[in-house]
Amino acid sequence: MTSRDAILAALRRAAPPVSALPEAPAAVVFADPEKQFAEALAGVGGRFARAADLPAMNAELQKLEPYAQARKIASLVPGAGRPNVDLAALKDPHELEGIDVAVIPGEFGVAENGAVWVAGSALGPHRAIFVVTQHLFLVVPAGQLVHNMHQAYERIRMERPGYGLFISGPSKTADIEQALVIGAHGARSATIFLVG
Amino acid sequence: MIGHAERAARFAADEDRAHWHDQALWFVRLKRDRQAASVPEWEALRVTAAAVKMHTLSRLADYLEQFERNARSNGIQVHWARDGDEHNAIVHGILADRGITRLVKSKSMLTEECHLNPYLEARGIEVVDTDLGERIVQLAGEPPSHIVLPAIHKKKEEIGELFHQKIGTEKGASDPKYLTEAARGHLRQKFMVAQAGLTGVNFAIAETGGVVVCTNEGNADMGTSLPPVHIACMGVEKIVPRAKDLGVFLRLLARSATGQPVTTYTTHFHGPMRGGELHVVIVDNGRSAILAQETFRRSLTCIRCGACMNTCPVFRRSGGYSYGYTVPGPIGSLLAPLRDPRRYGSLPFASSLCGSCSDICPVNIDLHQELYAFRQVLARAKVVPWRKRFAMALLGLVLSRPWAYRLAGKLARWIVPRLPRALAYGPWNPWGRQRELPPTPKESFRDLVRKEPP
Repeated sequence: MTSRDAILAALRRAAPPVSALPEAPAAVVFADPEKQFAEALAGVGGRFARAADLPAMNAELQKLEPYAQARKIASLVPGAGRPNVDLAALKDPHELEGIDVAVIPGEFGVAENGAVWVAGSALGPHRAIFVVTQHLFLVVPAGQLVHNMHQAYERIRMERPGYGLFISGPSKTADIEQALVIGAHGARSATIFLVG
Repeated sequence: MIGHAERAARFAADEDRAHWHDQALWFVRLKRDRQAASVPEWEALRVTAAAVKMHTLSRLADYLEQFERNARSNGIQVHWARDGDEHNAIVHGILADRGITRLVKSKSMLTEECHLNPYLEARGIEVVDTDLGERIVQLAGEPPSHIVLPAIHKKKEEIGELFHQKIGTEKGASDPKYLTEAARGHLRQKFMVAQAGLTGVNFAIAETGGVVVCTNEGNADMGTSLPPVHIACMGVEKIVPRAKDLGVFLRLLARSATGQPVTTYTTHFHGPMRGGELHVVIVDNGRSAILAQETFRRSLTCIRCGACMNTCPVFRRSGGYSYGYTVPGPIGSLLAPLRDPRRYGSLPFASSLCGSCSDICPVNIDLHQELYAFRQVLARAKVVPWRKRFAMALLGLVLSRPWAYRLAGKLARWIVPRLPRALAYGPWNPWGRQRELPPTPKESFRDLVRKEPP
């Protein structure tokens, strides 16, 4: 008997009587989801920004320190930022090291926790871009906000095979005496632009 | 054999440190409270989460088969391991077949349980734990003392000295920001040369054949998107039926664990990275045996948030190492003796049964009830020390006979006030080590009631 079959047989022998699979309970919705999103994002150490269109966002970008000081910039949002790194030319994800800023499209935001869903297919040729970059800028179309995580999963179309993730703020740790430090392994700052 | 009480006494002997540890965890508990209170449907979520998990356990084999089918169609290679040895051999096989000698790991309590690191190191593989807390304890040659906060027992000065010796930070530096920055640089080098990344699994989705990993630091994402080989290790109980069930669990997990609304990175793997491989190792290692035990199977629904540890008055004052098991605290005090009742028989007694763990558990495990039930299992199996069994038998005799109870009360009221202190507080009275006995009443409650006019 293979280990697989032995494990499955043991689990079948041990299984309790079948119980029902419940649905999620009715969940919180917000009067002003954008305001809630901005507050939640601030709470997780992210920066919230608003722009009417991409040119307006580009103008705003120049005023933000991590962007203004960046030397190597990559953008996966056409018309956003002034990229000077050709991601398609990188043969290996390790060559992402040294990128200061990445501008990446987010599909939608979640008001309750400041998270943004990023589809793997939106990450370009090397998915590591969002975590290797020193500073992260996510561009989410305004109006693309859901209230809570239940609505989020109703919306997600899982790419299969594929990849996707929620990003809520910058990388952080509190592993040394519970002192919060921003910038553990991933992005040192995360700015979310709602555009439109 | 040394049990929890003896190890806890050692920890508590340093009063300042025990107090500091208590406060550090209480701080996390308060952050959790604020987050829980911000969700109006919190209690309904807990009930739902518990029901989803119990349903999943009732059809676990079916869901695992469904997961395997869908994972394979996503290009994921699925492996099965009956125990820790088989798990370790599978992981080593994957690495050895590809000539891999440098592995980066993100947090996985399962691999701690299986003692994977020493197994791989003995076979010439460099294993680098990349979660900051885990890297700290790895450099110190220690196991984690808490499942979410692995280095919660260490002071920043100690970490500063450790980093000075191991990764060359400045002597005497203890600023968390400086130390974290140093670890970032040190670990980025490790990420850049790693040939494979290993992660745990927070959730595996049967319906879509994917696995989900939650971190704040981004170490799991770095370790699984730079090197081409990703190995994800999961216990059989990590399955959820549908992607939408994650809506329930993700709203509970980080809020309960660290008081955040969600982890920074919640990554869904539904296939290998471009040109790479994704292996999922599904491990039983005693879980099917726990599932067979009606009274204790709910312990398998744990999502490893660690909230029961942060709230437990015993854990906070005795430290994670006093449990002597990978998963400490109230949930560990069940999981450990379920695995080996003789070795871990003292753990179900490492609880005041106050019930705070059950109140806080995001999946509503009746932890203190199960700990209480386990004590009875241990007593029946004669794993409890004879003195305790003798005392309990004696107490049972007295409490089941009203005349014996009255007589014992009368004797005690007469004898105790007359006992010399050395006798009353002798070694047979551990309760009295830090406490004073209350003054002995002259009359029993029964006498008092009888005197009252009806």
